[in-house]
Amino acid sequence: MIKKEKNLFDLLSEKPWDQEQSAQDNLHSGKTINLTKAHLGLRGIITVSIIFFSLFIVTYADRMLLHDWQKMPEPKLLWFNTFVLFLSSILFHRAKNRSDLQEFKEVKNLLLIIGFFAIIFFIGQLIAWKQLMEQGYFFNSNIANSYFYLFTTLHVLHLFGGLFFLKKVAQKLFDKNSKTLAIQSSVKLCGIYWHFLFLVWLVLFGLLVNS
Amino acid sequence: MSDDFPEREFGIKTKSSEVSDGEYASSREEEHIESQIPEQDLYHPKSFITKWIFCQDAKVIGIQYSITAISIGLVALVLSWLMRLQLAFPDVFFSMGPAAYYQFVTMHGMIMVVYLLTALFLGGFGNFLIPLMVGSRDMVFPYVNMISFWMYFIAVLVLVASFFVPGGPTGAGWTLYPPQAITSGTPGSEGGIILMLMSLSLFVIGFTMGGLNYIITILQARTRGMTLMRMPLTIWGIFTATILAMLAFPALIVSCIMMTLDSLLGTSFFMPAMVQMGEHLKYGGGSPILFQHLFWFFGHPEVYIVALPAFGIVSDLISVHARKNIFGYRMMVWAIVIIGALSFFVWAHHMYVSGMNPWFGFFFATTTLIIAVPTAIKVYNWVLTLWRGNIRLNLPMLFALAFIITFVNGGITGLFLGNVIVDVPLSDTYFVVAHFHMVMGIAPILVIFGAIYHWYPLVTGKFLNEPMGKFHFWVTFLGSYAIYFPMHYLGFIGVPRRYYEMYNSPYIPTSAEGLNQFITIAALVVGFAQLVFLYNIISSIKLGKVAGKNPWQACSLEWQTEHVPPQHGNFGKNLPVVYRWAYDYSVPGAKEDYIPQNVPPSEVLGAKVEKT
Repeated sequence: MIKKEKNLFDLLSEKPWDQEQSAQDNLHSGKTINLTKAHLGLRGIITVSIIFFSLFIVTYADRMLLHDWQKMPEPKLLWFNTFVLFLSSILFHRAKNRSDLQEFKEVKNLLLIIGFFAIIFFIGQLIAWKQLMEQGYFFNSNIANSYFYLFTTLHVLHLFGGLFFLKKVAQKLFDKNSKTLAIQSSVKLCGIYWHFLFLVWLVLFGLLVNS
Repeated sequence: MSDDFPEREFGIKTKSSEVSDGEYASSREEEHIESQIPEQDLYHPKSFITKWIFCQDAKVIGIQYSITAISIGLVALVLSWLMRLQLAFPDVFFSMGPAAYYQFVTMHGMIMVVYLLTALFLGGFGNFLIPLMVGSRDMVFPYVNMISFWMYFIAVLVLVASFFVPGGPTGAGWTLYPPQAITSGTPGSEGGIILMLMSLSLFVIGFTMGGLNYIITILQARTRGMTLMRMPLTIWGIFTATILAMLAFPALIVSCIMMTLDSLLGTSFFMPAMVQMGEHLKYGGGSPILFQHLFWFFGHPEVYIVALPAFGIVSDLISVHARKNIFGYRMMVWAIVIIGALSFFVWAHHMYVSGMNPWFGFFFATTTLIIAVPTAIKVYNWVLTLWRGNIRLNLPMLFALAFIITFVNGGITGLFLGNVIVDVPLSDTYFVVAHFHMVMGIAPILVIFGAIYHWYPLVTGKFLNEPMGKFHFWVTFLGSYAIYFPMHYLGFIGVPRRYYEMYNSPYIPTSAEGLNQFITIAALVVGFAQLVFLYNIISSIKLGKVAGKNPWQACSLEWQTEHVPPQHGNFGKNLPVVYRWAYDYSVPGAKEDYIPQNVPPSEVLGAKVEKT
């Protein structure tokens, strides 16, 4: 988890008026956690998203127990989409490694491919929707369907958020004035978000398959 | 604020200094990266629009939040007058009909809790005070901070728009329980409820952006020497409340999304099978109780999202104006953190009459009563801070004292209602109305007033008018007791809340009618007294007595800025360095009765360290 200088209990039991403590405190830099603010911001977003999805999953688990639940078939295409997302997660890992080695040319190509994959994933999800609707599984015909459409929509919205940041990273990459470390750090953070997107999808997809 | 920008003359630095960190020095990778990437420069506004409208300066954003919140709060105040007139003098002045009454109840509750109190404490005071109090130039993500305000502003507009759609705003009660909230027959079930849900969702998204800013600024952007345990309690309160909000608001947006879908697309997340006028509705199988759990999982922490900043602010007001360090600083911090943590385990005490396993009720009654322990510690510490203090009975102090009394009052009725067996007969009576208005209506509002009287000299450089303030205080304080004390009695004799009118009920004595009229008159008087306050705020910008630097002789950093009011970039060329906590008042041996946080020990050699 978050790296701290001190654990929470030590921190909260400091005596700020104590002279020894005071001498130590005067040297404190004013930072609590050894992470960049962008990294912390990302963690904040991911934490809130996890709570957001967890609450949906809690209602899902609760709602599933009621008698009117009818499981819906999952189109084969979803496995393909999962694979696409998995692949882009791997590619991002590679991009991060490349950017650490300062091979930005390859990073540029990788990011373009990842963006392309994200769009393929989105189109794949739309086709999966279409297939389901053709079989008569509409949004409101059963609660299981409602959850499927809701989860996929929310996940894709998170993906769009990711694409927005991917665009920003790409801009940084193509901008000649940006600093190497700034690029590396933003490639790394965007990569973390991409892994997060994949994991969220894995959990949601697992729920849909196993319920 | 004046128009010249000092940062043009000297390149403003956003981070204090890169001096070695002594014991806290770290060679870890991230730290390395941070020091290599130059901190993003402050955005320097060039035009009127970027300076006052689409502004990225947290101080201006704080003022924008406050103005918007107070404006929409006035709408809610007027709604409460209309409700009170209906209850006391039905059909005398106008006839509103039950639908309008429910709409007013709903909008009054929702606006006051979410759009006024939450936005004012965290968005208003949070934005203005966090960077100043922790010694930072601005929030860490100023652009996101600006977006946060505009999301809030749009959320307010959407909420207001619901007054003008066909069917009017929703009348489902501020808890918006399904199925009734989206079933025809409830006022506003057509457009009003959708707009309400959308507005809440926007509010949550906007707030999450702001909240990330508050948390990360407090954690990472403090000035040199400002450890967490040297922060003023105001910041601790806002910090903990923001964390609560980040964890609790997702529950609100989740329930909003699912209810919107139930309403618009006919899903059955919360909607059970229903028969309406002999016809089966398309819904079936959903669980309304599920919504209640989600809603109160947000709703109870929400109470503390409002209360914790109030606790923090009032601690600072008491300490400054009693010229004493806060009694038991660490205990105060712990109490804030513990209350915050416990607030996630008490939500179902709002649902005792919804049908629960009795053991479930027992569990929640226990956790609810446990919260009274840290809360009582805080109250004792406030009182002990006052004990033998050099109390200056000025306006912030008066409001702080009024807060303590009111909060204890509302807290004690909370002990009644926290017990299942006492709550069941009192449920949905005016006793509950009296309880929550005392504890999370009047008490936080008194803190807000105290805080405005306290920090107005910092925001504008002028004092608020004192006689007008005294008038405002006494009418508000005594008036709110005149309003809410009798309501306890009404509740005991069983007068139900949320009823449009009730005088034909045989069990309600005629004295209740007289009492209701008394309450209404008191409410009108208190409401009009707020106009004096508003006039005071507006007129004092021009006419107020010039305050000068640090008029209250306070220790915390926001008063130690180079200019009053603080300018863009907050502090002058160098950020202040902190050498002590925020409560060095009346230190024995010191020349003056306060030592600001940024005064090094070498300048106050005689001062003795207190053993607390």
